[in-house]
Amino acid sequence: MAPLTPDHTAMTTTALALTTALAGGGLIGLAAALLLGLNGRIFGVSGIAAAAIDPETPDRGWRWALLAGMVSGGALLAWLAPERLQLQPAQPLWLYLASGLAVGYGARLGAGCPSGHGICGLSRLSLRSAVATAVFMATSMGTVAVMKRLGGQP
Amino acid sequence: MNRTHLAAFLAGLLFALGLGLSGMTQPAVVLGFLDVGGDWNPALMAVMAGAIGVNLPACQWLLRLPRPLWSARFHLPPHGGLDRELVAGSALFGIGWGLSGYCPGTGIVAVSGGGLPAIAFTLSMVAGFWLFKRRQVALFHRVTVEDVP
Repeated sequence: MAPLTPDHTAMTTTALALTTALAGGGLIGLAAALLLGLNGRIFGVSGIAAAAIDPETPDRGWRWALLAGMVSGGALLAWLAPERLQLQPAQPLWLYLASGLAVGYGARLGAGCPSGHGICGLSRLSLRSAVATAVFMATSMGTVAVMKRLGGQP
Repeated sequence: MNRTHLAAFLAGLLFALGLGLSGMTQPAVVLGFLDVGGDWNPALMAVMAGAIGVNLPACQWLLRLPRPLWSARFHLPPHGGLDRELVAGSALFGIGWGLSGYCPGTGIVAVSGGGLPAIAFTLSMVAGFWLFKRRQVALFHRVTVEDVP
C-alpha cells in the first residue's frame, strides 16, 4: 500500500495502479465469498448497514460485527496509508450531504449498491442486479458530466 | 460473540483493505472513472474485474453446497423480475454517487480517516435509510387500512 512513486513513467504508473486495483478487487471478492460460504449472507453494504441500525431487525449482531470490521480496516488504512482516505480536491459540504441522502434512499429503494448489486449480484448472474448496475453507472456518469458542465468541482 | 460474528468482522476488514488498496476510498479515483468524457481513470473497472473474477467462481461453487458452513441456510434475495423501484432507486443512487464519489462501502470505511466529508456523507446516508424506512411503514399502513373493509 506504499504511495506510487512519481519517478515512474506515466505508463508504468497506470499499469501499477491497475494491478493494485485488480488485487484490491480480489480482496473484496474474497470478503464477499467468505461471508457467503461461512454465514450464507450476501455482502451488500447498504442493506447490512440499514438493517443494523433498524431496531426491528432480529439478528443485528453479525451486521454490527461486519461494520466494525469495515471501520477497523479504515483505521488500519488511516494508520498505514493515510493518503488513501484523503480528499483532493475537497468539495462544499452540502454536496456530501446531498450525495449521502440520495445514496442512502436510492440504495434502499433500488435494493442495493455497488457491493450488493455490482459484485455479489453480478456474481450470482442476477438480472435485477445487472439492470441496477447499468442504471446507476449511467446516472452517475451523467451526474459527473452535468457537474462538470455547471463548473462544479468533480 | 459467536463464530458468525467473527466471520462477518473478518469479511468487513478484508473488504475495507481491498477498497483501500484499490484506491476506491479516494473519491477522486471513483470520479475519474465516472468522468468518461475527461481524463478517464479505468481503476474502478479493474476493481470490479478483480472482485467478480474471485467472487463469481466462488459463488457458483458455494451455492451448489447444501448450506453454508456456519448457518442453516443461504439467505439470498429472490431472483425476481424488474420493477420501477429497482430502476428509480438505482437511478437516484447513481446521482448521489456521482455528486461525491462515495458509495456506502467507501463512505463507511473513510469515516475512520476522520475527515468531515466522509462523516457528513455517512450521516446523511443513514438519514436516507431512515426516510426510506418511514416510506415503507407508511405504505404498509396504507395497504393494511385499505384492506380492512
